[in-house]
Amino acid sequence: MNAPPIVAPIVPGAPAEELLKVRDLRKRFAIKGGILSRTVDQVHAVDGVSFEIGKGETLGLVGESGCGKSTTGRCILRLIEPSSGEVWFQGNDVTKMDHGALQALRRDMQIIFQDPYASLNPRLKVGAIIGEALTIHKLAPTQKAMEDRVVQLLETVGLQPDHMHRFPHEFSGGQRQRIGIARALAVEPKLIVCDEPVSALDVSIQAQVINLLEDLQEQFGLTYLFIAHDLSVVEHISTRVAVMYLGRVVEIAPSRELYDNPLHPYTEALLSAVPIPDPTVKRKRIMLQGDVPNPIRPPSGCHFHTRCPIAKPDCAQRVPELRESKPGHWVSCHYRG
Amino acid sequence: MAGSTPASLSAEAPVQAPAVAAAQARKARSISPALETWRRFRRHVLAVTGAVVLLILVLAVLVGPYLWPVAINDIDFAAKLQGPSLAHPLGTDDLGQDLLARMMYGGRISLAVGFAAMLVALTVGVLVGSVAGMSSGWVDAFLMWLTDLFLALPTLPVLLLVMYLFRDSMKKVMGVEGGAFILIVVVIGALRWMPVARLVRAQFLSLREKEFVEAARALGASKVRQVVQHILPNALGPVIVVGTIDVAAAIIFESTLSFLGLGFPSDVPTWGSMLRDAKDYLDIAAHWALFPGAAIFLTVLAINFIGDGLRDAFDPRRVL
Amino acid sequence: MPDTFVPDTLLDIRGLKTWFKTEDGMVRAVDGVDLHIDRGETVGVVGESGCGKTVTARSVLKLIDMPPGRFEAGQILWQGRDLIPLEQAEMNRIRAREIAIIFQEPMTSLNPVYTVGDQIAEVIALHQKLSPRQAMAGAAEMLRLVNIPNPQKRVHDYPHQFSGGMRQRVMIAMALSCQPKLLIADEPTTALDVTIQAQILELMQEMKEKFGMAIMLITHAMGVVAETCQRVTVMYAGKVVEEAPVEALFSDPRHPYTQGLIRSIPRIDRAVSRQARLESIQGTVPSLLNPPAGCRFAARCKYAMDICTQGIPPLKEVAPGHRVACVL
Repeated sequence: MNAPPIVAPIVPGAPAEELLKVRDLRKRFAIKGGILSRTVDQVHAVDGVSFEIGKGETLGLVGESGCGKSTTGRCILRLIEPSSGEVWFQGNDVTKMDHGALQALRRDMQIIFQDPYASLNPRLKVGAIIGEALTIHKLAPTQKAMEDRVVQLLETVGLQPDHMHRFPHEFSGGQRQRIGIARALAVEPKLIVCDEPVSALDVSIQAQVINLLEDLQEQFGLTYLFIAHDLSVVEHISTRVAVMYLGRVVEIAPSRELYDNPLHPYTEALLSAVPIPDPTVKRKRIMLQGDVPNPIRPPSGCHFHTRCPIAKPDCAQRVPELRESKPGHWVSCHYRG
Repeated sequence: MAGSTPASLSAEAPVQAPAVAAAQARKARSISPALETWRRFRRHVLAVTGAVVLLILVLAVLVGPYLWPVAINDIDFAAKLQGPSLAHPLGTDDLGQDLLARMMYGGRISLAVGFAAMLVALTVGVLVGSVAGMSSGWVDAFLMWLTDLFLALPTLPVLLLVMYLFRDSMKKVMGVEGGAFILIVVVIGALRWMPVARLVRAQFLSLREKEFVEAARALGASKVRQVVQHILPNALGPVIVVGTIDVAAAIIFESTLSFLGLGFPSDVPTWGSMLRDAKDYLDIAAHWALFPGAAIFLTVLAINFIGDGLRDAFDPRRVL
Repeated sequence: MPDTFVPDTLLDIRGLKTWFKTEDGMVRAVDGVDLHIDRGETVGVVGESGCGKTVTARSVLKLIDMPPGRFEAGQILWQGRDLIPLEQAEMNRIRAREIAIIFQEPMTSLNPVYTVGDQIAEVIALHQKLSPRQAMAGAAEMLRLVNIPNPQKRVHDYPHQFSGGMRQRVMIAMALSCQPKLLIADEPTTALDVTIQAQILELMQEMKEKFGMAIMLITHAMGVVAETCQRVTVMYAGKVVEEAPVEALFSDPRHPYTQGLIRSIPRIDRAVSRQARLESIQGTVPSLLNPPAGCRFAARCKYAMDICTQGIPPLKEVAPGHRVACVL
């Protein structure tokens, strides 16, 4: 199990020391129906996703609702069991881990959630919420050690020691998000999956939390998988960005490169749709027609061909491979790059 | 500001957010969700009235017999079927037994049956519901099938049948009163756990998808820990509400059983059995039926009001 | 704002206070708001959650539940006529026909048990004397206008058969079916993905050109404001802190809150990416239960002085059409 994967690296150009490698990850959700609750259909939430994250790096994962980005994040942590594929973390395949190995993995991989109101147990005090990981993994031998560690974590995320005696409902959204971050930090993880950590927050609070995440990354050498739909936030925080559409990665590139030279027509349209907070900037906008197709019956060939401005007949037949167009810039399109 | 230290970080953090500071000024101590629920409950006038009435009733049946030390089986044919008087504040029955003493004794049994049956129903219901809600696949399917099966049982006939079949054997083991008590409690509990199980399962299904439970899973919390620490405490609110209603239902059940002569033996007074005995004398001694009837009515009404108040107090969507 | 009534002004809100009585006390959700909208203009109302922008919008149509809400002071002049004292029946004549509103969540604003055609036709028939068949034809025409493919067929569909973006189109069709003079759009694209947001914003622009109505766009997204509005009103904790033409607001924001708001957003069009730290506004929004005396932003303002906590700074004009409520 410790043998390195035999699969040839599909996405090179990543930093030398890679921490996480995802290979052809798939997740299908069954839709049950009928009296015998038989599987009548399947949602192809994640449909063959591959990428890797280097140590200390932030990989942004963007896409519109329903593109499978959150499911990908949860499959990596095995909060959702992937249907197939491999997730290599420090030389071990997460998808094949038994209970004990998974338990150990929990100390290395953590997650921060979107909704600061739903992500904290309303019946526990902040101290108990942050201290839970210490109890589970027996990281604090005494009550005193536990309290000291909680205080330390609270201070790390910019909260006060006496906050540990309060309940979540006594905090604002931004503060709750800080509590969620402290909880994830308690086990000293190497990788944190940030699932839309700022999308539920007000603009001025967003900046506070983004800055905090950047500071923590620097301080503890963290690696982030940063999932979001807000392209400006992702561009700001990420080293590299992967764009997803209907369960597949359509483009991966270093952050600046992606925004300056998007290759995939979807990335291009997505970027041009972002409103720029400057009335003097007038850009040409690529309008995508229609809505994202139903993931129960995704289009054949390239998933994007139904809305693509440059689609040709064979796009409906052939599935484009993710291939390297320039060093480090990968795109999955027959006609671009 | 790149390369900032933790010190600069905490300086920029919302050290004392004004909203929170204001909130603290109003409430000096941190308010737990339970305390908040209590605060909301206190504002529900009917519920508080119900709680006071129930408290008085409970106190009366517990302490009353010491203040009114008249034997429940003191037969006095000279004073039979008397209306309320100084000697007998609630009158007497056809054997001249003091009704006040019998009411207090019977109240003990009725209330005890109510609470005990509720506990049985809640325990079984929470257990079945939790297991069903946490497992998926055939375990869940089987438990829900079992729940539906019990729901489909015609309550009264089953009750009568069970009482008829097991009363004598229980009497031998547990004694007359104890046997009847346990049998009644178990039977009522066994027929009332299904709504609790369904409720708990529904709560579990929604709660186990909540992000805070997912966070616990990501931290490596075992299933037991997820349930005990995170899911169950958040699911209990509605369960407690159903529990209160169950107390009322159990009291009525017991009365029905006793009224039909299948509850406690006729020499043990309960509110239900007193009603049964009184029914033949309604035209000449209405008080005999009136008092136990009123006691059942008051208790059930009070408990239902308490349930109402608890439901409102637990419901976070209700903005006061 | 000039004291004399300018004929071109459609809506003129003066000193509006909409308060809510809660058991903890009076929540001053809107606490002295001045705002005006001219014919055919798009005015953005921006601010964070709880700043009172939505309550202001709903106050205009009197969609506030009273109690607990109540108008404490102020006027809402619609073409010179105060709406606050109006009776329900008179208000209903103004709703939809003169002022229409669309909401953030298009699913909850449509009734799931009626077809969208029925719902649009109902609005049309309410304000115009038309036969049911004519009204249904009008509904189909409206769906065609908002670029819903196959409108003749889709009028008979139910809301759940439409996607989020399509539902918002239906809402716009319904709102425009009586050709209102003012469309209030309350976070119309917040629940939508960026590509769909772009479609809806473009549609609103197109509709505005076609019908010539004014738009009051309520949003928290500065980017949306920059791309669609002519004038902007920035709200904070129930008050207007700055009001300016859109170019002036972004090139020369005067209020520290506006400055913070603009600078705290990461920009994808600039090559500064992550070397630069985001500027953040420290702290959180004050409680509207006991709002602080003086400037409500003072506690979070990096320029705050003693004078800021003493009196509430009035809006004063710093440039033509650019007004700021700050002592600086």
